[in-house]
Amino acid sequence: MDARHREHREGFALNEIAPPVVAIRGVEKRFANGTQALAPVDLDVRHGEFVTLLGPSGCGKTTLLNLIAGLIAPSRGAIKWWGNPFSATGSLGRKLGFVFQAPTLMPWARVDANVRLPLDLAHADRAHADRAVARALDLVDLEDFARHLPRELSGGMQMRVSIARALVTSPDLLLMDEPFGALDEFTRQRLDDEISKLWAAQRLTVVFVTHSVAEAVFLSTRVAVMGARPGRVLDAIAIDEPFPRGDTFRVSTTFASYAQRLSRLVAEAGAESAERT
Amino acid sequence: MNETTAVPRPLRIVAPVLLALAVIALWQILTDVYAVPSYLVPSPARVLETLVADRELLLRSLTVTLGIALVALLLATVFGTLTALVFVQSRWIEMSLFPYAVMLQVTPIVAIAPLIIIWVKNTWIALILCAVVVAIFPIISNTTLGLRSADPGLLNLFRLCRATRWQVLTRLRIPSALPYFFGGLRIASGLALIGAVVAEFVAGTGGSGAGLAYQILLAGFQLNIPRLFAALLLITATGVALFGVTIWVSRLALARWHESELGAAD
Ligand SMILES: Nc1ncnc2c1ncn2[C@@H]1O[C@H](COP(=O)(O)OP(=O)(O)OP(=O)(O)O)[C@@H](O)[C@H]1O
Ligand SMILES: [Mg+2]
Repeated sequence: MDARHREHREGFALNEIAPPVVAIRGVEKRFANGTQALAPVDLDVRHGEFVTLLGPSGCGKTTLLNLIAGLIAPSRGAIKWWGNPFSATGSLGRKLGFVFQAPTLMPWARVDANVRLPLDLAHADRAHADRAVARALDLVDLEDFARHLPRELSGGMQMRVSIARALVTSPDLLLMDEPFGALDEFTRQRLDDEISKLWAAQRLTVVFVTHSVAEAVFLSTRVAVMGARPGRVLDAIAIDEPFPRGDTFRVSTTFASYAQRLSRLVAEAGAESAERT
Repeated sequence: MNETTAVPRPLRIVAPVLLALAVIALWQILTDVYAVPSYLVPSPARVLETLVADRELLLRSLTVTLGIALVALLLATVFGTLTALVFVQSRWIEMSLFPYAVMLQVTPIVAIAPLIIIWVKNTWIALILCAVVVAIFPIISNTTLGLRSADPGLLNLFRLCRATRWQVLTRLRIPSALPYFFGGLRIASGLALIGAVVAEFVAGTGGSGAGLAYQILLAGFQLNIPRLFAALLLITATGVALFGVTIWVSRLALARWHESELGAAD
């Protein structure tokens, strides 16, 4: 075990004293129509981690993320947030940020009003909100577009507005559901770089959903590989590579071997579930 | 928005006007050449003459009909919107009430009007009530649809932010419903006028409260066909004007962002 690896492990050991940000224990989800979207899942997300849920379409990534967001309730099992049930997160002063697959902006509201929404809904102080919005727009490099309408921006810029909106409350946990799935490869790589920098600079805890192996390897501290029918977490693989990661990491052999390992896991899971059906 | 089908703005006005002029000219020539008696088909010149000669009578009737239509449109807008707001509060309320809204819509107004006119003493109020019954449905159904059409992603976002019901309504549902509401208003404006005219026909109110429908009825009995045409012309013009006003209002309200109005804004 090399020095960097050991350091990483010790960091984790220190972390283990506090309860995990999210602790998922034996969580299942069966929808009203009888679809078993998730078989029992166990997963911990610790403070400061960047956990990616990776898997083929329909394996329950969005379902798991919605469970973590408290948008839907598990059919069986339990989830704890900072050691507490979801209803307690508000009184603990813990905040969640969510970035959806599509930008989901209010088309009638200007960029700054869109970013400000979470603060407005919480009746935040005006001056504080002004500052927070300016800072969030600055983080995603859109300070010059505050007075624009969403339709006047490109798809990538709209996605960045959506990220600014999620960051504006300084969330303790940021959830992102395939945020760049609809964008071209160049834009996606640039936004991946930005997200990675933001994560490091803001000391965020992130759960990120993607079906791109490369994106998962590039961004994550840990990748949870998921399989379909029924949706489940097959394995969680740590990506032990220092940050900041850049284009050199993208073309390195370490990157390639991680990508290969993840791809093989996903493929094996696919073959396995195909055999069963 | 579509470049290939875009017609330059002046042409959009000039083309129909030219067509109208051509038709009117042909009409004038035909009635002249074949010496058609004016109690069958009056010439355009004759209609215009009547319009000017009977202007006092016709304009007074126009004010009556237009007044009924406008008050009815206002009431239909207010009560239609309120009904829609009640509908979206719960599926149960909507499920139990919506069939009655549909029944109101599908029953021909000529069939209900006599009842309303018998039950309501004041004819003016009875006429307004008839017009409201006709005009309210598109407002209810469109606004309900609009309030329900809020982006599910945004609804989730509001839930994540622990928004109250009131915040969801005012900051998300109502803005999302606006384009639908204005679509409903556009249809309702025409229906309010139709409702007013039909109710007047059924009521047959003469005297000082006589509307345009009564003038048409009377002119028909008296074989005063030029006046009938003149009154008809006024009703059509009123309908077009009402439609134009609702388009203008919806443009004012939506031009900034909504797709259907983008062409107008740019
Ligand atoms: N509301 C729902 N009701 C019933 N079944 C659902 C519902 N939402 C999802 N499912 C089913 O649950 C399974 C997992 O869906 P989910 O959306 O979580 O997949 P996913 O991994 O996010 O896929 P993708 O990558 O395509 O977004 C699918 O089989 C889907 O059909
Ligand atoms: Mg999904």
